[in-house]
Amino acid sequence: MVTRQDGGRRRRDPLGVGMARRLAAPVRPPAAPGGDLFDLTPTEDQRMMQQIAAEFAAEQLRPAAAEADAHCHGPVGLLEKSAELGLTMIGVPERLGGAGSERSQVTNVLVAEALAHGDMGLAVACLAPAAVSTALTLWGDEHQQATYLPPFVGNDVPAAALAILEPRPLFDPAQPRTAARRTARGGYTLDGVKSLVPRAADAELFVVAAAVPDEGPALFVIESDTLGLTVEPEPAMGLRAAGMGRLVLDGLRLPATARLGDDDDSGAGYAECVALARLGWCALAVGTAQAVLDHVIPYVNQRHAFGEPISHRQSVAFAVADMAIELDGMRLVTYRAAARAAQGRPFAREVALARRLCSHHGMAIGNHGVQLLGGHGYVKEQPVQRWYRDLRAVGLMEGGMLV
Amino acid sequence: MINLEVPRKFAELVRLAQQAAAEVFRPISRKYDLAEHSYPRELDMFAAIVDGMRASGRGSGAGVVGARRAPTSTTGADPVRNGTNLSSVLSIIEMSWGDVGLLLAMPRQGLGNAAIASLGTAQQRNRFAGKWAAMAITEPSCGSDSAAITTTARLDGDHYVLTGEKIFVTAGQRADAVVVWATLDRARGRAAIKPFIVEKGTPGLTVVGCEDKLGIRASDTATLHLAGCRVPTENLLGTPEIDEIEQGFAGVMQTFDNTRPLVAAMAAGVARAALELTRALLRDAGVEVDYARPPHTQHAAAAALLALESDWEAAYLLTLRAAWLADNGRPNSLQASMAKAKAGRVATDITLQCVELAGAVGYGERELLEKWARDAKILDIFEGTQQIQQLVIARRLLGKTSAELK
Repeated sequence: MVTRQDGGRRRRDPLGVGMARRLAAPVRPPAAPGGDLFDLTPTEDQRMMQQIAAEFAAEQLRPAAAEADAHCHGPVGLLEKSAELGLTMIGVPERLGGAGSERSQVTNVLVAEALAHGDMGLAVACLAPAAVSTALTLWGDEHQQATYLPPFVGNDVPAAALAILEPRPLFDPAQPRTAARRTARGGYTLDGVKSLVPRAADAELFVVAAAVPDEGPALFVIESDTLGLTVEPEPAMGLRAAGMGRLVLDGLRLPATARLGDDDDSGAGYAECVALARLGWCALAVGTAQAVLDHVIPYVNQRHAFGEPISHRQSVAFAVADMAIELDGMRLVTYRAAARAAQGRPFAREVALARRLCSHHGMAIGNHGVQLLGGHGYVKEQPVQRWYRDLRAVGLMEGGMLV
Repeated sequence: MINLEVPRKFAELVRLAQQAAAEVFRPISRKYDLAEHSYPRELDMFAAIVDGMRASGRGSGAGVVGARRAPTSTTGADPVRNGTNLSSVLSIIEMSWGDVGLLLAMPRQGLGNAAIASLGTAQQRNRFAGKWAAMAITEPSCGSDSAAITTTARLDGDHYVLTGEKIFVTAGQRADAVVVWATLDRARGRAAIKPFIVEKGTPGLTVVGCEDKLGIRASDTATLHLAGCRVPTENLLGTPEIDEIEQGFAGVMQTFDNTRPLVAAMAAGVARAALELTRALLRDAGVEVDYARPPHTQHAAAAALLALESDWEAAYLLTLRAAWLADNGRPNSLQASMAKAKAGRVATDITLQCVELAGAVGYGERELLEKWARDAKILDIFEGTQQIQQLVIARRLLGKTSAELK
């Protein structure tokens, strides 16, 4: 069990009351305009964000990836630096102190893709707090927005994470076993276990999925020092740099105000949350798969066997062609889902299709990556083995990310 | 602005194409699958309507002649266009949903028409307007290796004299003209290969016979003989010079950048038909896909259908992307081949799996699922096989010549 190191934590007004400016109603970002043309061109703003994220990924994330993977933690200072990119601001409307003017799924997907090209695990660590600020923006009521959002749009962004997944086979987020039972005093008592939560040990705030008996699943805001919450490390096959852990909720008591959104509306909001989390994982898969392809192409051109580059063999060259075809398919379906989500159109179908493509073909790309490097792909000197481990997560993760 | 929806301005075209596919093609689909080699007369009236729509501008982009690259963007700052390449693939998806064999049998919608549209001068496009043009590339001893073409074209005054044999010519029997690929000089390799428009009735051109096929049986596949067949020099598509650097074979191969997305669209259309019918049959059997729940928590058939649909969606969007690039004057060789490769293989895979999912209903002739599984296979073969697409894609990505990556 991890002992929480409160002594080392930044001191803050945990409720942010000093900064809070309460509005009469929650502020939601309006739907993004869609235009009326089939178009694959990002806007100028999106291109700029994409470029900033790509530079950060190349200069900061990629060089730190191997060590972060080994230590299950990003290097000191890196995550703070990532906050300067404004990742938690993108989806938050200006009236709430953020930088957003509309639903931002396309921008978020482009940024997540670019960061994952550096390293998927570190990208998840960087983006984990944004999942919470986005959840508060999209589904929080005016009190929750006023209470919790200010630090996410300030200079000192706290670690935070969205926790949906639970540790068992065939987990369905529509039926979490973590229960939130209503108490006689109008609050809730939570019991259950959440799995593979990024930055679990240093997060100050969690948004956690739990089923309210007779009502269905809902999201709850939980401060990390709440009695009844313990965090256990949960290192896994990959994504180790994300510092994943389990949250054990044992008779954890929450006031009624901790439940995200209106009680009536939480079903639709929760379904949207699950879908946007999956979309986030698709974006990460696209970026990681692109990293594999970009690494493999020069390798197979330089590596000689039987007197010529191995890329002169169809079995090698065709594997590269397949990786590129499937990668572009993954990307286009992910973009379509993101654009529909941003425009306020239904997008459940497109997310389900993107998720299956990114899980299936993303893993195949990771597998090809190791195979084409042969023994060199299997050793930790080369990053392809890490991408192989990271890409396996895409089809099974729920929560953790949000775009 | 990233948006992958069909623009509203094409909604009417798509609706009309869907209506025609449902009302003209579907009712006669099985009839001409069984009656191979008999001409689907029902298409005459329909083809006339399509011609009329195009003439009136209402059906702009209905069919293969919309496949023409927009002028290359020079500034890169031009506004985004959705043009006839996109509307063509959209209407072809709908028509192929109806019946891809009948689409290939549509008068004046041949691949030769696409070649004339994309390579022809304005004068050539005018001269052959209203003519049905087939395309003849393959020979008994050369298929994918189109640089090995042996049919010769010898300049004789103001005529070329063509001699050789062409096989697998789609609509070769019924078309009014055939775009024949022939070499001006066999010693000069691919640079000497040029397409020539040969009109039916030209002395020396004979249709030898038609194939019995696995699928697309509504469409005739002919063998042609060219014995000293004289065509006027103005029937040459492209330049007459044998230029190893620029124009030659590469220019001819560029036709494929425009036609491969069309074949990818055919594949997307056939595969969608199979997915839709299978979805309905499974629903009747009590199985429905739930997009919100993880596939592993659903019925195996639902998970299988979801997987097939996801690969379909990738093929569909790759196809739209290839057309969008052409509409905007941007290079799309790589993307056209990606679309063709993905759509060709998933159409075969989807239609075959749909037969299995539907069991005896899928395998029997009372439904069209087994027919679509036979029809789809050609789409992974013509206009460049799966393997040729892979070569094109791999050479581009790896920066290899055809001598290095064979």
